[in-house]
Amino acid sequence: MTELATYNFAYLDEQTKRMIRRAILKAIAIPGYQVPFASREMPMPYGWGTGGVQVTAAVIGPNDMLKVIDQGADDTTNAVSIRAFFQKVSNVRVTTKTTEATIIQTRHRIPETALQAGQTLVYQVPIPEPLRFLEPRETETRKMHALEEYGLMHVKLYEDIARHGRIATTYAYPVKVEGRYVMDPSPTPKFDNPKMHQSPALQLFGAGREKRIYAIPPYTEVVSLDFEDHPFEIQTFSEPCALCGAKGSYLDEVILDDKGGSMFVCSDTDFCEDRQAEGNGDHLSANPAQAAANPAEAAE
Amino acid sequence: MSDIPLLKVKALSKFYGSRIGCQNVAFELWPGEVLAVVGESGSGKTTLLDCLATRLAPSTGSVEYRMRDGQFRDLYRMSEAERRFLMRTDWGFVHQNPADGLRMSVSAGANVGERLMAVGDRHYGKIRATATDWLGRVEIAADRIDDQPRAFSGGMRQRLQIARNLVTNPRLIFMDEPTGGLDVSVQARLLDLLRGLVSDLGLAAIVVTHDLAVARLLSHRMMVMKDGHIVETGLTDRVLDDPQAPYTQLLVSSILQV
Repeated sequence: MTELATYNFAYLDEQTKRMIRRAILKAIAIPGYQVPFASREMPMPYGWGTGGVQVTAAVIGPNDMLKVIDQGADDTTNAVSIRAFFQKVSNVRVTTKTTEATIIQTRHRIPETALQAGQTLVYQVPIPEPLRFLEPRETETRKMHALEEYGLMHVKLYEDIARHGRIATTYAYPVKVEGRYVMDPSPTPKFDNPKMHQSPALQLFGAGREKRIYAIPPYTEVVSLDFEDHPFEIQTFSEPCALCGAKGSYLDEVILDDKGGSMFVCSDTDFCEDRQAEGNGDHLSANPAQAAANPAEAAE
Repeated sequence: MSDIPLLKVKALSKFYGSRIGCQNVAFELWPGEVLAVVGESGSGKTTLLDCLATRLAPSTGSVEYRMRDGQFRDLYRMSEAERRFLMRTDWGFVHQNPADGLRMSVSAGANVGERLMAVGDRHYGKIRATATDWLGRVEIAADRIDDQPRAFSGGMRQRLQIARNLVTNPRLIFMDEPTGGLDVSVQARLLDLLRGLVSDLGLAAIVVTHDLAVARLLSHRMMVMKDGHIVETGLTDRVLDDPQAPYTQLLVSSILQV
């Protein structure tokens, strides 16, 4: 990885980067508004983060420290490939530590550790239009955004309550940004929605296939939509993380065997490893299979 | 009825290239009045209705509407946002085919509640109570509230569409062949329901139909169109019982007797 491939810095040519930066600046100026941009072919298929990669390539500099996560984890295929890609084409330093990173590209999670001013979070977005499944015509949804006609968004939430007795949307939960635009926060669990509100970090969203960029500038109001008698709630977990014992972090269910055994662990691997290094929940991580098979013991 | 009109239409024309959609239409509509527009296919009825309901921009002429504050506003000088707001609060539009006016993939309750949510209602319980009330008023059983309109019969869909339009207490309703495609017994019940609602709520309505019986039952006043022009206008009973224009005489005499 030491030898820099014969690409322009960060893969994209400078004109393309300028074009994307202009879209990003416009997106920051109009929080939550989807700015069209001339999305390029990237050396990866659509749906694997081409939007996020283009945004990262446009904002990254030689002094940046990059972290890439996929569903919260640093060690999954998508995260490893994109990290290796940027090492190869821009030779930037990379890390798995949330606190050390200046740019974090993410798919479907926001790190548990609170982000700081100066950090940039880049989201990979599959479908930027929150009204897409309610109103298939793009001409119409753009008009609805322009005229602030968002009654339809609540129709979806109404349907949830009518069918399930509660708002059953658990990811890509629509938010209103700075009291104006309704925005899809990408398929992050709604657990992460409150982290977007008044975040000191800059949040950029790139949708490569759909050719849209949008943004939440630092310290911006982000409100999850709800009803007065059915307020917004985040997921809660009855057990702590089986590895680090964290309560109040977002957990993934990991299947352990083919007998129905499973355990719940933090989806944010960096957060979980940090806590284990600090000595939390060591006795469990020593033998997670046994711990999960015997929850009563694990609780002690 | 008040003596100030609700809608003033002046010299309204719509051309499709060199063809005439409707030409030089002028009339006034008063609050609580039901006006029927009749004529054969291609006579410009639907073009006229679309021009009035801001679904189609007219070529010339003006349509002025008396807003709730009593001021007359030209519809085509309003901003699009104002027009759309008017369309979903003070007005209703009942399509001939209910699938055009309903969201077929969301429940009946959400269909009725959509306008309420669009004007800022954010209390689920209240929205649902209002929706239940309106389903009752259009004779749809309360236990069908969570069913999708796909599961409804044609007549029920049409009644659901009417409930969806009336939930914000509009003052003016446009109807395009509201009973088209329904069998006669369902038509009769729907007409009965519409007549009741229009008189109870004091709605003004413009009903486009080719069915003179529908016009006779629903409307107070009637306009007969032919080739984009109004050939006769007057009280419904007068026009149907004593037609003056030759075309109206032809139309009235063409009614099949059972």
